[in-house]
Formats: sequence, C-alpha cells, structure tokens
Amino acid sequence: MTTYQLSHLRALEAESVHIIREVAAEFERPVMLFSGGKDSVVMLRLAEKAFWPCPLPFPVMHVDTGHNFAEVIEFRDRRVAESGTRLVVASVQEAIDRGLVREETGPRASRNRLQTVALLTAIEQHGFDAAFGGARRDEEKARAKERVFSFRDDFGQWDPKNQRPELWSLYNGRHHQGEHIRVFPLSNWTELDIWQYVEEEGIDLPEIYFAHERDVFERDGMLLADSEFVTVMDGEEVTRRKVRYRTVGDASCTGAVESTASTVAEVIAEVAATRITERGATRADDRTSEAAMEDRKREGYF
Amino acid sequence: MAELLRFATAGSVDDGKSTLIGRLLYDSKAIFEDQLASVERTSQQMGAEYTNLALLTDGLRAEREQGITIDVAYRYFATPKRKFIIADTPGHIQYTRNMVTGASTADLALVLVDARNGIVEQSRRHAFLASLLRIPHLVVCVNKMDLVDWSEERFEEIKAEFREFATKLDVADLSFIPLSALLGDNVVERSTNMGWYEGSSLLHHLEEVHIASDRNLIDARFPVQYVLRPFSNEWHDYRGYAGTLAGGVVKPGDEVIVLPSGFTSTVRSIDTANGPVEEAFTPMSVAITLDDDIDVSRGDMICRPHNQPHVGQDIDAMVCWMSEQTTLAPRARLALKHTTRSARCLVKDMQYRLDVNTLHREHGIDALRLNEIGRVSLRTTVPLFYDEYRRNRTTGSFVLIDEAANTTVGAGMILGPTQ
Repeated sequence: MTTYQLSHLRALEAESVHIIREVAAEFERPVMLFSGGKDSVVMLRLAEKAFWPCPLPFPVMHVDTGHNFAEVIEFRDRRVAESGTRLVVASVQEAIDRGLVREETGPRASRNRLQTVALLTAIEQHGFDAAFGGARRDEEKARAKERVFSFRDDFGQWDPKNQRPELWSLYNGRHHQGEHIRVFPLSNWTELDIWQYVEEEGIDLPEIYFAHERDVFERDGMLLADSEFVTVMDGEEVTRRKVRYRTVGDASCTGAVESTASTVAEVIAEVAATRITERGATRADDRTSEAAMEDRKREGYF
Repeated sequence: MAELLRFATAGSVDDGKSTLIGRLLYDSKAIFEDQLASVERTSQQMGAEYTNLALLTDGLRAEREQGITIDVAYRYFATPKRKFIIADTPGHIQYTRNMVTGASTADLALVLVDARNGIVEQSRRHAFLASLLRIPHLVVCVNKMDLVDWSEERFEEIKAEFREFATKLDVADLSFIPLSALLGDNVVERSTNMGWYEGSSLLHHLEEVHIASDRNLIDARFPVQYVLRPFSNEWHDYRGYAGTLAGGVVKPGDEVIVLPSGFTSTVRSIDTANGPVEEAFTPMSVAITLDDDIDVSRGDMICRPHNQPHVGQDIDAMVCWMSEQTTLAPRARLALKHTTRSARCLVKDMQYRLDVNTLHREHGIDALRLNEIGRVSLRTTVPLFYDEYRRNRTTGSFVLIDEAANTTVGAGMILGPTQ
C-alpha cells in the first residue's frame, strides 16, 4: 500500500516547480538569473522540469563581473546550450565603460557591489518584469525575512519593512509599469538540500565545487585564489593547496575551503559536518557589517 | 525517507521563544560557529549580559535596533528523521497578521506558556489563531519549569486550564510538554529533573508526530496552473495541464470533469520530467493529459464528477485584515486570488468582528482594521471553485489585493456559500 508521502526533497521540488510555473503564467517577460553556481544550476533544472516537454518560456541572464573562474564560464555556456534557451549577459565591465559606475580601487577592490547596477540596467533595458534568483533563506539573516515574490520599486529597491504578506501558496505578483518582482523558488532549500538534490538527480556542476589543487593565499581568514583579479599584499603568501569552492561568485571576493571532497557524496558528508556557514566561510562581501546583505539588497542586489 | 514538517512559533523574548528556538537549532547543529560568533559580538556591543539568541532570527536592521521581532523569519534544521521549517513570528497583538502569515502553511504550532504566569491573554490568542488557520497539531510548551521547582502540580494545573479553554477551539491534536528552554530540559533530551513526566521531549515529539493523515487525500482537486503545448515535431499533439494537486489522488484512467465548462474526460497520463507516474497526490506538481481534446485553461479546476467543490460567487469567509493604510468596509472592491484563479470581489456584508483574545463576536461593525479578524460576505466577478477551509486549506483560502496599490491587504478562510 502506498503511504502518499513525499520525501523532503520532493516536497521542496514540488513547491519550487509551482512557483516557477506561477511566474510563467502571470508575467509578461520573466528572466532567470544564472551564474553557473550550484543554486542557479538546481534552479535551472527545476525550471526545465516545470515546463517539460516544452522549452523554457524565458531567457536566462548572467550578471558578469568580468572576474570569472574560467571553468564556470565554460560550464555556463555548455549548460545554457543544453537547455536550448537564450543567454543574456549583463556586463559589469560595460557598466564601468559607460560610466554608470566607478570601479573600486586598492588591493581589496571588488566588483561585487557593482553587479547591482548592471543587473538593474539590464532589467530595464530588456523590460523584464520578473527575475528569478537562486537565493536561499538559510544563507543569510536578511534573506531569511524575504518573500518568495519580492517586490522592487522603480529604482529596484527592496523595502524590508514594507513587504507584502505572503500566505499559503498564493503569490501576489502585481506591479505597475517599471516595477518588477524578484522571485526566489529556492527560498526553503538549505545548502544540504541542494547537494542532496544534486546527488539524487545526477546534476552536473562546475569542477571548482570539487577538491582540486590551486594557488591560494590567506586573507581575513579566507583562502583566495591567486589570479589576475586580485593583488597579493605584503605578508600574504601564495601556496598550493587542495581546495574546493562552496559558493561561486566574483573571483575577487569568493574564498575556497580546504577540502579533499572530490565526489558529490563526499561533499555531502563534508557539508553535513561543517560548523561554518557557506557565506561565512567564503564571502568577503558579507563581512563588511552585520547588515551588509540587507543594505545591498535594499539597493537592488540579488 | 526524511519528511518535511513546517511549524510555527509565536511569542516574544520574555516567553523564552527565542531561547527555545536557539536551543533546538544549536542542539541539532543548525547554528554555525560564525553565526554564533556574530551574535555574541553584537550582544556585547549592545551591552547584553548574555548571548541574545534572538539575534539569530531578528535579521533586519530595524529589528536589531529595537530589539524586537517584526516580521516572520524562516529557520531551517534537520534531523535524520525530518527536515523542519520554522516560521518564527512575533507574538504581540500588533503583529497578528504576521502570525497568521506564519501559521498559513504550518503543520504544527508551538504555543509557549510561562509556568509562573500560566495561561495569559497571549497564549489564548496564539492558540486561537492556530485553530483558525487550521494547524492540525498544537503543542503547548510549558516553559521555565525550573522556576516553579519542576512542579508536576503546577504543570497539571496549567494543562487543565488550557484544556478547558481549548474546548472552544477546533484543535485536532493537543499535547503538553513541561520544559526549560534555558537549561535544555525536555527540549532535545528527556529531563532528569521531572521524573514524573512520561511523555517525550519536544524534538522527539516533532520528529514523531503523525502528519501523513493531515492532508486531504479524499477530494481530488487539480487547479490548472499552466498549459503545456510544445509545438515541436516530437510532441506534436501534446497538451499537458500543469499544476499542483490541491487535494486527493489522481490516476490514469480516472474519469474527470473540468470546471467551469463541465466537460468530462478520462486521465490519459500523469507526466513529470522524470517520466510518467502511476498516480499523483497532493502536494505533487505534475502535468495531466486527457483522452479528449477539450478546452482547458489556467484557472480551471479538474476534479471527479461525483466529488466536486462548491461553485459560486457568493461566499462567506473569515478575513484577517492586514493593511495599515486602509480598512475593509462594506461596498469595498478588491482583487482576489484563489488557487490559480484571479477575480475581483465586492464586500456585501460585514457580519461580526471576532475578539482574538476572548473569542467574543461583536456584531454591527462598520469596518475591519489592521490585525482584525471578522466574518464577511463577498460577491466575486466570476465563480470560484472552492471547499470550506476546514476541509481543504488550499482550495479554501484566498488573499485580497488592493487594486490601486497592488499590496496584499487581506487573508481569507472560506466558511461556505453565503446563506
């Protein structure tokens, strides 16, 4: 006799598919943000499932800081080609060249914050009225408070104190011309859920998520890759270590962790045992202040 | 197979709610070292004498500055048996709408009672909201037992008082756990200070409580969300109706009727990207194909010919008003969202307001204001396909939207057709 029970992964999957379909049904021009990072890879897979056997009814967009891991860009292009959808690139370099933003200077310069301008410009240019993001509520405390359908005003701003109540599985996507909605289908997933789903579904990820040898140096307790995008300062020593990435972002502010996990199963074991959050371990951008994420989100960040 | 359990908590720092959640998360290893370090740092900066675990959930700048919980925060933890989603909401009456929001998707509610104070107005209100939102399981956590000398008598007294109050509510499953969130007694491990208590610890209860029967597996309800038409050579004639089962079970070969058209057909297949399935049950997201080529679109409802929902435009519902700017008054016109159907509605009548502390019904009212709950009669522009909320939380619920501001201003739980 069947017990009519869903595993937690299948329940999360059903919820995400429902959210993605709801957006396709109610919006004129949605777009899905896709960086090649594990969360966006899972989100893209869920979108493919939501519309199978139809192709995706929307394009995907990469906000490209220009500071990329080569493996991830190669993966991005391959994965988008497989999905048969169109890739829109919102380029931070272009925003700098056009004088929309000014690049930070100094050895700690990062293009992380500049992504917001590139993103908002692209949303306006293409007339997107909904943008899917792969953010999860377990990642960060400001995100823990954000709705699945998150309203953005004419300036792309998020107002955390004035959010729409969100009840049952009824999502309010109404907005005026020029405003848009950020949609987070993975809101209720945790880092471990993502990895368990990657294993269960046999999802392909960029190689940098698995242990490999890399030249790294330590800064603020993080391991940064020695690359053309960062300046190694005095007293920082570059060594070759076995590392993997827990998150994939701008190469100038995303840290690696020491690891020997070379398969999904090994990564799951590592994630289940870790005592540090993925953003705490690997993201310099969140360390600026207690409310760094909230402040960036208010401006229109992912 | 790990199941998902969503539970809601309501309360303020004084109840020990944050301490309790903090302990559940910490003892189940869902709090990480960097999070704890950050909370410790902030606690010190704020001059607190102890680490304020509320800072783990109070993530917004305004919440930290004011030392209060404003909004619903979602927290996650897992044990080998279950994955848990906590909707952590503020307990004060001015945040009733946040409690209603957090309760809307919960399988279980925790109500905290301070053993020294016993049942107070706030505990009654939380229990009432849990029953109004039809949360099937209610767990009364009698906290701070250490401060009443672990007294069995005190625990039994509170239990009796709560049971008496609960007879006025509609609670399917009510349990009581004596605990000390601060010291950890009966939170994760059974307490050694209360030998007289023979029940399980809170975490054990959360892992074991039977939730499989909470869903409505009797009434098949499939609100059509999206029509899948590939227009490719491989899938030339494919027409799949995508959606999430809002109730019941559907199998290939089932005779079905489509509302509002009334056309009948037979389920040909139930498809997912991982292949066809032999049956689909709530809350699976699938695509259904039918044997006949009939007109079906978003907002339609697929169900069984001999088990249909109500079809109608005149509906009575309990509504919780959520807007600071406006009130809900007779003749108001609003947008309404119900399952995958959008409509407009007109407020025909306001029957009474419910005092959420005393359950007293106040008749002859002119409007519902922020955080107020009342019974109203609505007329919709198009028929809705609905069930009573007590029978199905998905087909029995709707939200009201301000047509000018586009904000969500009300939450409705359907009682039935207007008499």
